[in-house]
Amino acid sequence: MDDLLDQYDLVLQAFWLTIQLSVLSGLCSLVLGTLLAAMRVGPVSVLRGVGTTYVTLVRNTPLLIIFVFIFVAAPNLGWFTDTAFLTLGVVTVSLYTSAFVCEAVRSGVNAVPLGQAEAARAIGLTFAQTMGSVVLPQAFRAVVPPLASVLIAMTKNTSIAAVFGLMELTGRMRYFSNNSADDTVIFLVFAALYIVLVELISAGAIVLERRWRAAR
Amino acid sequence: MNTSTVLFDTPGPRTRARHRLYALVSGVVLIGLLAWLVWYLYDQGELEYDLWEPFLTPAYLEVLWQGLLDTLAMAVLAILLAVVMGFVLGVGKLSDHRLVRWPSWLIVEFFRAVPLLLLIIFLFLGPAGLTSYWSVVVGLTLYNGAVLAEITRAGVLAVPKGQVEAAYALGMRKTQVMVSIQLPQAVKIMIPAIISQCIVALKDTSLGYYVLAPGLTTVGRQIWTEFGNQLQTALVLAATYIVCNLILTALATWAQRRLVGERKPIVHTIDPGMGQAGPGLS
Repeated sequence: MDDLLDQYDLVLQAFWLTIQLSVLSGLCSLVLGTLLAAMRVGPVSVLRGVGTTYVTLVRNTPLLIIFVFIFVAAPNLGWFTDTAFLTLGVVTVSLYTSAFVCEAVRSGVNAVPLGQAEAARAIGLTFAQTMGSVVLPQAFRAVVPPLASVLIAMTKNTSIAAVFGLMELTGRMRYFSNNSADDTVIFLVFAALYIVLVELISAGAIVLERRWRAAR
Repeated sequence: MNTSTVLFDTPGPRTRARHRLYALVSGVVLIGLLAWLVWYLYDQGELEYDLWEPFLTPAYLEVLWQGLLDTLAMAVLAILLAVVMGFVLGVGKLSDHRLVRWPSWLIVEFFRAVPLLLLIIFLFLGPAGLTSYWSVVVGLTLYNGAVLAEITRAGVLAVPKGQVEAAYALGMRKTQVMVSIQLPQAVKIMIPAIISQCIVALKDTSLGYYVLAPGLTTVGRQIWTEFGNQLQTALVLAATYIVCNLILTALATWAQRRLVGERKPIVHTIDPGMGQAGPGLS
């Protein structure tokens, strides 16, 4: 425990790195996942196939293996050798999470009442306009709860970056662990920091859900 | 594909031609990218036989097979233990007694919110001092047990009310209603969700890499340190996991159709691919 108090700046740095990883990966995977979802429900057959293949492959691969591709195999080919670890971590986590975001958004699109989309094309909107101004804004409402659980899982998944040398919360706990009775306290402190992040996301989801439900 | 037609008009001849053009262009771009990738890998010497040799050599295949068996054994053991833990905590969360309900709630919430890797490292290095194998299995059990507790709770609540009322009317007591009426019907509804959770557990056994637990990823590391074939090994490992998970997904879909019928899966928040059984996010 004394170690933690003496070097609290290291703990805070690790917390900040986890926050950076989560926020940046969250934003990237929301954008990527929405694009993928648009591809999967769109009219162009090849793009639909690409979207479906990507989602199937990525959802069934462990995140750790994707980390191996980006952090071990790619530098071995001479790629990303000068890239910051944070960037690589964000790329990896986003590639993985976007497949799940895609599925969540797609199920949200399915939840939008048919009449809405029919009305949109009845007044002559194109596919892009139908998606952009009618379906997606409503789908995001239906999609808040599943998206929140995807983002919570993603925040927890950033811990795998520790395996590949990022000193975020999990890597820091490994550093402080010293085979003594203190380990339990250290574990609980780091677990509490993760729980804070998880609770923040679910609180945000509850607020969004409440606000958007009123707007409907 | 029902929704994909409701988002846009049934295309006329001009639009169909345009879509064909888009499909053609994106197809050409896709084939171009793939061709470039293959050429690039060839140019870099990544397709050399030497680098793929371990995956055609019986001795190494045996090591990989052993790794796969270890991985599957860890996942199955963890899921079996997790089902037991899930039943206990899930029923505990539904208990009438606060002293049972609140601790169950606390345990479930804690293990669901803590990253699995943090838990595994704690079990491995901390006062528990488990071996690498058991720290992965116990970590997986605690995490998946917490998730399955939620699934159990949802499953029990999904049993029609009339069943419970009829049982009480027959003079059964609380425990009898739970054990002989609610749980047997809940299990049937839960099976697809449990199989989906198996996929999550199988994917998460890859975390054994960090504590050097036996399993596919650890075997993979041994192979690529020996041969320097990181890319090839990662591809083989990914393919192995994907095949195993697709088999489990097919099983879950079959079980869904067979046991639950058209009813939607009960656990929406855990499986983002709603309305279908499939791999969830750990």
